[in-house]
Amino acid sequence: MYQYILKRVLLMIPTLIGAAVLVFFLLRLLPGDVCEVRLAGSGLYASQEDIDICRKNLGLDDPLHEQFIDFVGGYFTGDLGTSMWTGQPVVDEIRVRFKLTLQLAIMSTLVAVMIAVPLGILSAIKQNTWVDYLVRAFSIVGIGIPSFWLGIMVILGLLVVSQALFGVGWMPPINYVSPFDDLWGNLTQLIWPALATGYRYSAVATRMTRSAMLEVLREDYVRTARAKGLRERVVVNRHAFKNALLPVVTIIAIEFAFLMGGLVVTEQVFNLNGLGKLFVDAIGNQDFALTQHLVMLVVLIFVVTNLVVDLLYAWLDPRIRYS
Amino acid sequence: MSKLLEVQDLHTRFHTTEGVVRAVDGISYDVSEGETVAIVGESGCGKSVGAMSILRLIPKPPGEIVEGSRILFAGEDLLSMDDDRIRHIRGGQISMVFQEPMTSLNPVLTIGLQLTETMMLHLGLDQAAADRRAIELLEMVGIGEAERRLRQYPHHFSGGMRQRVMIALALSCRPRLIIADEPTTALDVTIQAQILELMRTLTHQMGVALIIITHNLGVVARYAERVIVMYAGKIVETGTAEQIYHRPRHPYTIGLLKSVPRMDMARGKRLQPIEGQPPDLTRLGEGCPYRPRCAWAEDRCERSTPALENVGEGQIAACFNHRALADKESLAV
Repeated sequence: MYQYILKRVLLMIPTLIGAAVLVFFLLRLLPGDVCEVRLAGSGLYASQEDIDICRKNLGLDDPLHEQFIDFVGGYFTGDLGTSMWTGQPVVDEIRVRFKLTLQLAIMSTLVAVMIAVPLGILSAIKQNTWVDYLVRAFSIVGIGIPSFWLGIMVILGLLVVSQALFGVGWMPPINYVSPFDDLWGNLTQLIWPALATGYRYSAVATRMTRSAMLEVLREDYVRTARAKGLRERVVVNRHAFKNALLPVVTIIAIEFAFLMGGLVVTEQVFNLNGLGKLFVDAIGNQDFALTQHLVMLVVLIFVVTNLVVDLLYAWLDPRIRYS
Repeated sequence: MSKLLEVQDLHTRFHTTEGVVRAVDGISYDVSEGETVAIVGESGCGKSVGAMSILRLIPKPPGEIVEGSRILFAGEDLLSMDDDRIRHIRGGQISMVFQEPMTSLNPVLTIGLQLTETMMLHLGLDQAAADRRAIELLEMVGIGEAERRLRQYPHHFSGGMRQRVMIALALSCRPRLIIADEPTTALDVTIQAQILELMRTLTHQMGVALIIITHNLGVVARYAERVIVMYAGKIVETGTAEQIYHRPRHPYTIGLLKSVPRMDMARGKRLQPIEGQPPDLTRLGEGCPYRPRCAWAEDRCERSTPALENVGEGQIAACFNHRALADKESLAV
């Protein structure tokens, strides 16, 4: 088992190298660079000379292989360099946002699981009844609603409801509160985007849970469990659900990894300074240094999530043993 | 012997897009305390559905046990009791052994858990006592190193071993009746005999009644005291194993017997299959359902359905021609 984990961890290295090569060269295929964006974007006349100086300062005129070694070498020396746009260390730029996005992704995933698993099971047990139709409609709507609209509706809804109940309009705080300073304040701020995102991401997982459960409920061993006189609750939770978990875990894990890189719209609506926004800004500014490291971070998250899912498989299904 | 199970006019139907499938169409039989009864018939004749109906394990919808059917177990109607009560019967009083040992055990739960959860539920044992009994049971069905085996999962067991586990499971709560639905069909021939022998020994030892559902008349010969032959959802003949073997009174039973190889058959003699297919259960009209495949079919077989009648010494058959069949000694193979 440990050997398997070690092997998988080692196999991550080629994946990461491949990703590094791709992101490095693709970025440099884009027309323009951070210097043009900065100097020309300011609206003033920028001489070629100024641009050249800027490029020289940022090391953009170094030969490509040197730049690449600089970029990858950073992972070994621990010095990831500075953002080409702000001049701040990349590590600092990412760290703050990473915490926020990680928390939001975890909360959203939890919300998604808490919606998807019970509803999916319920829907499967009550297949082709109004309960099932209702659940399916609920999850289809989740996929259909654009997340910015849902986010705005949540904020508006909060305002309207609090106005009606307490006479004072309330909306989530605009400025980010760290959970370590003020947990309650932090939660009242982040629960809303987490609900909006979690609902949206629960849709696929709900349908996956439903179809996996439907399949498992037809299995012979479920019939055996019923023939043993077990309560329906035990049959469903202990005998059926554990067998239906594999595809559900896969979907949820992929969604989690996806959330770590792709919460742009939700962050915008709720005014959260997360990885998604940082990503968009970095690309817009053609901030190669920051973009490269952000992409590598997301790749790493996906690779690690995949490994965790594979290990979960072995834990959930005794027939799967890696050796 | 007192009657343990009385099935009275059981009808089980399935509502499908093709129409209503009358899988079990009015069968009645009973099983005495400690008796072994075999239900024989081709695939799709309703024998499994009939057995599943006893424990109300027919998925509903599309399945439906028709109003008016009665299944008395120790005098209590299984079909009208509430869900809590039937759950108490399932596994506790009546247990089942299924056809597919490879898929009938839950792949993600240990054998130990699957055995003990039933005993904790029905016998009220605590975990330790249930574990002890589980070990005894596994040893009883011939599984060595029981203590270690309890912690293993079904995929560590071969098909025959899993069926032994299923038998241990079926016996675990000291039931009064075990329903075995083709318990050996999925197993190797050498294992089949072992499993059947095991079931016979254990049920006799414990005085448990046994219903064996099978399409193999060879099985019936050795293990059953009484045989029920089903065709197209109906019982066409019942009698003691002896009667069914040596003087069958229904053409279908005769056909079944001729299609099975026998040790006392002349060498080189060909088996005689029953020609044709069983009828479509959605389109059963008037007349004997076996008529299209029957060598003795007459006009009256088309006009009306023969009722079950006594053909002597407790043997019952549903054929207009049972007397003629009785006269032709050679027919009985």
